[in-house]
Amino acid sequence: MSDIKKFMFVNRKAPHGTIYALESLEVVLITAAFDQDVSLVFLDDGVYQLKKGQQTKGIETKNFSTTYRALEGYDIEKLYVEKESMDARGLTEDDLLVDVTVLTSKEMGALMSDQDVVLSF
Amino acid sequence: MLHIINKSPLTNGSFENCLRVAEAGEIILIEDAVYAATKGGALEAKVREVMGRYKIHVLMPDLEARGLADRLMDGVTAVDYGGFVDLVAGNKNCQSWL
Repeated sequence: MSDIKKFMFVNRKAPHGTIYALESLEVVLITAAFDQDVSLVFLDDGVYQLKKGQQTKGIETKNFSTTYRALEGYDIEKLYVEKESMDARGLTEDDLLVDVTVLTSKEMGALMSDQDVVLSF
Repeated sequence: MLHIINKSPLTNGSFENCLRVAEAGEIILIEDAVYAATKGGALEAKVREVMGRYKIHVLMPDLEARGLADRLMDGVTAVDYGGFVDLVAGNKNCQSWL
């Protein structure tokens, strides 16, 4: 179908401290209903959104981190994480709760340029 | 004096701004600032360097929410909400680096 566009969601905020991460996830799930080519990227503090073992009982908020695991069921399978962001935060792929593709900054930039629509969170 | 920081140290300057200005005393890291107290990141050396000057605390429920409770740096004290209140009450004044 020729009207499929490439949508990229750029996640750059840590979870819980602000509403950005949760709001991004809500919009991603809506987009999934429209059969578009969706990519999620996690840059800077955004990589913290995918950290395993988040327990929000103590701060009495919704633990939406489990939703990232459900994305596959909505045919959202393109998840990208920038290596430099993980390194600066002492994180590795093993720390993440979903399978991702790790890209360098340069590769991330190229992927971003290639999109039809870029949504920033 | 107690200094309260709530912003992530790698994307906001408030942690380093605080260190530039604050006299020796106590610091508590809450909300997204708890990332500053985790092992293995780019800021670990900086935090270790200032530990002699400040007694550093971290709000444990915020660290748990972010999945990093097992990665707290040695020398940083974990407190709960009651402990946070005690720190505020036990200091002469406090500054929130919003």
